[in-house]
Amino acid sequence: MIAVRRFLSGGWLATYAFLYVAFLYLPVIFLPIFSVNTAATPKFPLTGFTLHWYEDLPRTPALLDAAWNSLIVGVSAAVLSTLLGILAARSITRYRYPGRSTIHGLIMAPLVLPEVIVAISMLLVMLQLGLSLSLFTVVLGHVLVCIPYSMTVLTSGFEGFDRSLEEASADLGESAFGTFRRVTLPMVAPAIISSLLVCFTISLDEFIIAFFLTGTEATLPIYIWGQLRFAAKLPGVLALGTLLLVASFLLMTVAEILRRRAARRTQNEGGLYA
Amino acid sequence: MTAAAEGSSPLRMTRARRNALLQSEPVQGLALISPTFIYALILLVLPILVVIAHSFWTQHYLTIDRTFTLENYRVALTEPIYRDLLWRSLYISLTVSLLTVLLAYPIAYFISFHGGRHKSLWLFLITIPFWTSYLLRVMSWKVILGYNGVLNSGLMGLGIIDEPSTALLYNSSAVIITLTHAWAAFAILPIFVSLEKVDRTLVEAATDLGDGPLRSFLRVTLPLSAPGVISAALIVMIPTVGDYVTPKLVGGKDGVMIANAIQAQFGKASNWPLGAALSVTTMLIVTLMAGATVLIIRAVQRLAR
Repeated sequence: MIAVRRFLSGGWLATYAFLYVAFLYLPVIFLPIFSVNTAATPKFPLTGFTLHWYEDLPRTPALLDAAWNSLIVGVSAAVLSTLLGILAARSITRYRYPGRSTIHGLIMAPLVLPEVIVAISMLLVMLQLGLSLSLFTVVLGHVLVCIPYSMTVLTSGFEGFDRSLEEASADLGESAFGTFRRVTLPMVAPAIISSLLVCFTISLDEFIIAFFLTGTEATLPIYIWGQLRFAAKLPGVLALGTLLLVASFLLMTVAEILRRRAARRTQNEGGLYA
Repeated sequence: MTAAAEGSSPLRMTRARRNALLQSEPVQGLALISPTFIYALILLVLPILVVIAHSFWTQHYLTIDRTFTLENYRVALTEPIYRDLLWRSLYISLTVSLLTVLLAYPIAYFISFHGGRHKSLWLFLITIPFWTSYLLRVMSWKVILGYNGVLNSGLMGLGIIDEPSTALLYNSSAVIITLTHAWAAFAILPIFVSLEKVDRTLVEAATDLGDGPLRSFLRVTLPLSAPGVISAALIVMIPTVGDYVTPKLVGGKDGVMIANAIQAQFGKASNWPLGAALSVTTMLIVTLMAGATVLIIRAVQRLAR
């Protein structure tokens, strides 16, 4: 009983929380550690420090191609899914209409469907339509899985948006589009940038959809998948993984800061002017 | 003048009415969401309908026979290999969701009730590892659990074992460990959100009325956070049933799951209808499991009151 009380009052919970977070970071930590180790097999004790594996990366043409492909796919997917996300998030947060929650549920569905099934059903349709697999089909798939994340970020930015600001703008003679561009857009801009970064990160790291829908052009995760077959290539993969980890971390940190700023802005300033 | 005005007034009326209709909330809302909605219809709903259609057809070498048949489902549900794969996927996914929710609840509770002003920092710390490629996280577990891996070399260094253990990698336990790690954040976040909604005055009231911390937790906090537990369980369970990467990388022969078989049917075996039937069966099982989970947690919630 005393043990339970102490647990619920936070003493042991804090210890548990720290251990749990350590567990979450455990596998991620090994990427950078072994990527600077001289030995080709990742095991302890470490044999020495080297940047050799990193130096090899820019000398691998296949890797550079994959990075370029990932960049193209990531930027296209981020822009398209954010555009579609803006429309849907705006509609969801601003208007009431029949079927709203059903449509919302459908758009968010890729979040809870097994990704393999999403990928395979898209593959089936594309093959039947005679579409040849390419980076374009990968983008189509990535947009579908990015939209729910984009929606989450954007609705948190659009919610609590003070409608009277838009009404004031309309009353003062601004057109609907003018109001959106000059009043709404600046308020939600941080959320939009945040959504772009989140979608880019997801696309950069996404494997399953790309695996099924790509033709001959590999993205970074596909390249990594190919390298995993060769034990000798592991340190290079670890080095590449570390770089991707750092990139994802930076992008997500910026995205999170912007998302919070957007949420604060719409809620606080809205309230201030109301 | 008057005739012209009379003549144009009905026209003006309809235009006004049309404008009113176009500016009405439902029409504007639907118009705004329609591009995204149509995108989801074309790239998600249509493909799934096509898969369902295929599951009732038969493949003859390169052509597809469109006569209705349930043969694919018979194979999917009765052939030992697919039956076993379905059961294993089910078992792994249920175990993973149970473990993940059990492990996630205390930390969500800690952040919500004792996080203070560091709440968002804690949440951010928890989400960071999940923005690394899924592939790389699974691969890291391979590095940890492998024959020459971190765990084996660590245990040997400490003198606990004499030679590397092969029992760590390439089995369903490795799949369970990896997935439990991979989905942790997706369980913590919904539970945290529902705990945040728990009215603190109710917990205080229970304590004031003489409930100990355990009783007030069991009778107030836990039932009120049930919606979060439900969504956490579903968010973990549904995608893990169809996971492809983890079984392929760390599962070995004994850890292969249904998604690997589905992929094989669409790839090498080139039997789309069977692959489709396996996909539909997986989706149906997922739906049934999700429904059952919701019902069970609701029943427990009612019992607690």
